Amino acid sequence: MRLLNVRPRGGLAVLLGALPLLAAALLYLMASQARHADNPRDKLLPTPAAMVEAVQLMAKVDPLTGHAPLVVDTLASLERIGLALAIATALSLILGLGLGLLPLLRAKFGPLVAAIAVIPPIAVLPILFIVFGLGETAKIALIVIGVTPVMVRDLAAHVAAIPEEQLVKAQTLGSSTWQLALRVALPQAMPRLIDSLRLSLCPAWVYLISAEAIAADVGLGYRIFLVRRYLSMDIILPYVVWISLLAVAMDVTLRLIARRAYPWAYPERGR
Amino acid sequence: MGLLTFRNVWVEYGDKVVLENVDLSIAQGSFVSIVGPSGAGKSTFLRLIIGQEAPTRGAIDLDGEKLRAEPGPDRGVVFQKYSVFPHLSARDNVVFGLDCAGSPLLGRLTGGRRRKALEEADAMLAAVGLADSGDLYPAKLSGGMQQRLAIAQALIKKPRILLLDEPFGALDPGVRLDMHELITGLWRDNGLTIMMVTHDIKEAFKLGTRVLAFDKRRRDPHAPHRYGATAVYDFPLDKPGAAIPEALMAMQEKPAA
Repeated sequence: MRLLNVRPRGGLAVLLGALPLLAAALLYLMASQARHADNPRDKLLPTPAAMVEAVQLMAKVDPLTGHAPLVVDTLASLERIGLALAIATALSLILGLGLGLLPLLRAKFGPLVAAIAVIPPIAVLPILFIVFGLGETAKIALIVIGVTPVMVRDLAAHVAAIPEEQLVKAQTLGSSTWQLALRVALPQAMPRLIDSLRLSLCPAWVYLISAEAIAADVGLGYRIFLVRRYLSMDIILPYVVWISLLAVAMDVTLRLIARRAYPWAYPERGR
Repeated sequence: MGLLTFRNVWVEYGDKVVLENVDLSIAQGSFVSIVGPSGAGKSTFLRLIIGQEAPTRGAIDLDGEKLRAEPGPDRGVVFQKYSVFPHLSARDNVVFGLDCAGSPLLGRLTGGRRRKALEEADAMLAAVGLADSGDLYPAKLSGGMQQRLAIAQALIKKPRILLLDEPFGALDPGVRLDMHELITGLWRDNGLTIMMVTHDIKEAFKLGTRVLAFDKRRRDPHAPHRYGATAVYDFPLDKPGAAIPEALMAMQEKPAA
């Protein structure tokens, strides 16, 4: 049988997927043990026990500040990325629909969006810090600027690819431009918008952690760059895992929402 | 005075002439089949009526008034594909036209008016043989059922003319025959005026009360684009199902230069 026709099923597929992860964990444990055998005070590859202890410390309320660092960091970061993604999604929806549907808008703003999309967002960060100060606004603005142009262009291309037959049909059914946007283009744009938001999660986290690393006093990115000074791998590693878990949770949630709300876009699971 | 009249209509793109001197009148209640080789302007002719394109010269009147060069609810249309909305159930696809007319702001009726519209849609679905499929999304319908849905969706607006652009071209022969029966029945029972573009000459003569054949009348071998196509044959048929002239069968074989 050809290799491309071999399809793992059920338990085998799960096992195949789990194996590399287990192998990586095992490799880490062995390396960590080897280093600790040489030097019991090794900081580079902390043991699982040390990491659990560090996390417990971070999750405990600090009597000086009155709150647990892990909790306030998570809340601050989630608030920033959540707010930024909400703004980016709303902007993308409006601009993407407009550019995709109206040739007039496309002619007027298409080149502008294309030009903005090629600016590396991190290069804009100093400008944002100067304009908005070092507060929340600059960090949220960085994420918005980083992910919106790509999402706008993706959605505009998707809306523009709606077959002309559909647009003509809607008009022969008496649909105005507004009704067509609302009832034909918007619902067909939504699953794509959610997909594009899912793809934007990764860059959004990159921008968030970069902004927090440079200027912040709370946040997941702030914390890992802070404890870097003390080589605290026992805090950094669990934080990285925690950030990944948050990102995966957001991704899975968005996927579920899309499949629930737009079953027609996923025919194999639809009615 | 016909329902739809073309007076000396020309369509040109730059120096390329697509249609020249189309002069026709379509009577109310007729079933006009439009045939011709590929590239002979059949589709352009249909796009003119839909309003996707405007004539370069000449005038088109619908009901004695100048036709607006924009699609509108007085002209229903069924394309070969992409005619229905994939994100709406069959019933919602049919109600769409009523939603648009009744709710300018939301594009969707509510409450009692929506219930009434849904009843109307269900009756229309039953008329095209989709009584049990109202809740299904188009992706779950076969090709023939999708075309039935597209017809129901168009008819709910009670258009002055129903335009069909190779509506059965992608269907299996058996399904085609069913669709012929359906469209003939709908045409007869509702007094529709239908214009249908088709590649299939037999289909054109079987269904139509009049057959228009588009082709170029003149050819310049050095500049083939300088002459456009027009209705070179115009067969009024007393009743559907008349014999096919041999000249037309010959035309089917060769492409428009």
